Amino acid sequence: MSQTFILDGKTISFADGQTIMQAATQAGVFIPHLCYHPDFKPHGSCKLCTVKVNGRQTASCTMRAIAGMVVESDTPEINAERLALTQMLFVEGNHFCPSCEQSGNCQLQATAYHLGMMSPHFDHFFPNRAVDASHPDVLLDFNRCILCSLCVRASRDVDGKNVFALSGRGIKTHLIVNAKSGQLADTNFTLDDKAAHVCPVGVILKKRRGFAVPIGERTYDKQPISATAKAVAEER
Amino acid sequence: MALNDMHAEGVAGIVDRVVAHYRRDSNNMLQILREVQEACDWIPPEAIDRLQAVLGVPRTKIEGVAGFYSFLYTQPRGKYRILFSDNVTDNMQGNRALMERLCSSLWVEPGKVSEDGLLSIDKTSCTGMCDQGPAMLVNNRAITRLTAARIDEIAELVRNKVPLGEWPADFFQVEDNIRKADIMLDSRLQPGDALRAAHARVPSDGLMSSNMRSWREGLPSGIGGPAAMLDEIKRANLRGRGGAGFITGLKWEACRNAPLKAGQQRFVVCNADEGEPGTFKDRVLLTSYADLVFEGMTAAAYAIGARRGFLYLRGEYRYLLEPLMAVLERRRKEKILGTDILGIPGADFDIEIHLGAGAYICGEESALIESLEGKRGTPRNRPPFPVTNGYLDQPTIVNNVETFAAAALIALNGGEWYASVGTRHSAGTKILSVSGDCERPGLYEYPFGVSIRQVLADCGAQDVQAVQVSGPSGICLSPAEFERTIGFEDIPTAGAFTIFNNSRDMFEVARNYVHFFQHESCGFCTPCRVGTSLLKNLMDKLHNGCGSPYDFAEIEKLNQLLQSMSHCGLGHTACNPVLDTIAKFRPAYERRLAQKDFVPAFDLDQALAAARQMTGRDDPGAHIIKEEFGEDA
Repeated sequence: MSQTFILDGKTISFADGQTIMQAATQAGVFIPHLCYHPDFKPHGSCKLCTVKVNGRQTASCTMRAIAGMVVESDTPEINAERLALTQMLFVEGNHFCPSCEQSGNCQLQATAYHLGMMSPHFDHFFPNRAVDASHPDVLLDFNRCILCSLCVRASRDVDGKNVFALSGRGIKTHLIVNAKSGQLADTNFTLDDKAAHVCPVGVILKKRRGFAVPIGERTYDKQPISATAKAVAEER
Repeated sequence: MALNDMHAEGVAGIVDRVVAHYRRDSNNMLQILREVQEACDWIPPEAIDRLQAVLGVPRTKIEGVAGFYSFLYTQPRGKYRILFSDNVTDNMQGNRALMERLCSSLWVEPGKVSEDGLLSIDKTSCTGMCDQGPAMLVNNRAITRLTAARIDEIAELVRNKVPLGEWPADFFQVEDNIRKADIMLDSRLQPGDALRAAHARVPSDGLMSSNMRSWREGLPSGIGGPAAMLDEIKRANLRGRGGAGFITGLKWEACRNAPLKAGQQRFVVCNADEGEPGTFKDRVLLTSYADLVFEGMTAAAYAIGARRGFLYLRGEYRYLLEPLMAVLERRRKEKILGTDILGIPGADFDIEIHLGAGAYICGEESALIESLEGKRGTPRNRPPFPVTNGYLDQPTIVNNVETFAAAALIALNGGEWYASVGTRHSAGTKILSVSGDCERPGLYEYPFGVSIRQVLADCGAQDVQAVQVSGPSGICLSPAEFERTIGFEDIPTAGAFTIFNNSRDMFEVARNYVHFFQHESCGFCTPCRVGTSLLKNLMDKLHNGCGSPYDFAEIEKLNQLLQSMSHCGLGHTACNPVLDTIAKFRPAYERRLAQKDFVPAFDLDQALAAARQMTGRDDPGAHIIKEEFGEDA
């Protein structure tokens, strides 16, 4: 860990092959993100983790750290763009936080708080998306999908099942499940799957558990999402 | 039930045949799906069942690919699938009225399948027939020069269920329209000559290329020849003709020097996914100069040490597949393709043709490679770049059709000869695809450095308001800029040159381009997926008369976000047409800002349209009078 780069004026150490995101998180510096998860190959699609490297914008979850690079992340300009992206995700789907079981545990919601989002700003798309309640243990509410593909990666790379995939293109991109019927009940998905536990929003929900933890006592009710990086740093 | 079983068996038979043809290799998924659809008219669930079984790939993968490409259908779309090209030039030539005419004649709503399931009519992105539009595709076969009379004939043929093969041949006539030829379009290369010249060339004293590697690793014969070929490309100062203008010699050298792991090889890929609206020069090169292109690919293979190549042909040019296959077959017979090329033992290189299926994004080289691998055409994260990690993670060069054609000329005549044409930083010639408001649309080949004014004079353009160079992702020029020149020093271009006279509304031009990018966004990254849709909605809002200065400011903000946050060039350039037309044709926008204060895009009266249609009413009582909107007392 002898190599370093500069992130918002702070010196960050990194090991060979580490991305900016990995090195920053280890150092306790939070960079907002939604499609990135430390257990999976980075995807680089949500673009929330975009930083400026030597003046050029790039996704910090896919960009490898290079010794001596100068990275800007927590600047008003970049945070304003991150806020706009977050608002885009809110209007693209149907996100009704007050009635969502994931409220308080939702990374999209927590990120919105972190970035100071006060309104969705853009016109809502109000897409018509069906809910899949076919599975005995799990409910799929596609209204909240932000296409991060974490469940796709978890099911493919960890569970070896390929239960989830993205289909469609552009604004019609959507999550599909591995069954001719299109129903989760007709797949080999179970609650033990890694894919059942990676959704950053409220698409993949365990049934019969509604509001087991009261609102106000949930993950991001207790501490902001930015504290997650500090927790990683303290564990080390 | 029995009928269903027979259907399933029939479909399974088709799938088995196609899968066998593609060596049961799921990397050919896109080609397999395309051919299954050609046989079945769509991709029925039974076909996916069978593919899943015989290829052993998950259903999600098959459906993910099938759902990505505009020309693949997982719902029935009829026996006749009619798609009107909807480039801005088609608009100018009256395609909308023709589409309405066909729709009403055949009793079908745009975008829907007819009640009897016989046909569907929809729009598609530019089909590359701008010099002979308006154009359409029927089951991926191009029909040009549409007129009201031709539309009526088509309606009759469809109504009588005449098979496409029996439609009048002149419907499908596609002209080259070469108006001005220079070193490339005038070349009379005899197949094999460029390869023989390349092979005969020995490295010069001042060898520029770093390592010595023969056609095939360790092959004793011809050592030095490939390096000499690479030297000529570098000497020629050839730069990519796809628009980005990367130095070809550097790309080839990086690929040639990329280390190979066990079992790996190098690949040559020709990008013939000519999707930029307004561009059609690759279509002509592949129609009448295919040998030049294939020869250039073979010379590239010789230079970098590749044994396999691909031509990725856009689905809109499906009609070129058989003629191109025939050229490849002839070249194999002439020993200038295949094994032991020119009789040199071990000099092996062959070319496969892969077809796209209606996805502009596949013109981006890493998306193209994903598509070649039978996947969704999503641009990859880079680095690593294709020269080291390309097709199946192996070193790959991807070059434009015109780049390979130029490489063949360089192989034959040498780099110095080529560099003597054009300007200091832009060697050689550029083929422009000229269309829009001019007397003689078609192909114009110029040495680099030609002025916009010269091109306009040559093609007979009068009363010109603007020229869009390089398509929607390029630059929009106003008359004050017509002394500017084509070249990497000034205006780089992939070749589209679309002319608008003073009768055209530049706001509507930009709006067409914004719709194009929205339709073609791959959906991978948030800014482009959502941003292009928001931008489209705002442009439509202005078009509908609900625009205010607030919306104008929003458009500018979105453009900045797209430019800075998008994953690939599509998102980065999606705002170009809007930014350019705002800067240069601002009155066209200001006319649209009818409202002083913010007005919602949602139109209450329009929302009642469905109810009016259902009840057959159109009286004043079925309308909401909207005079209160935006009218301050």
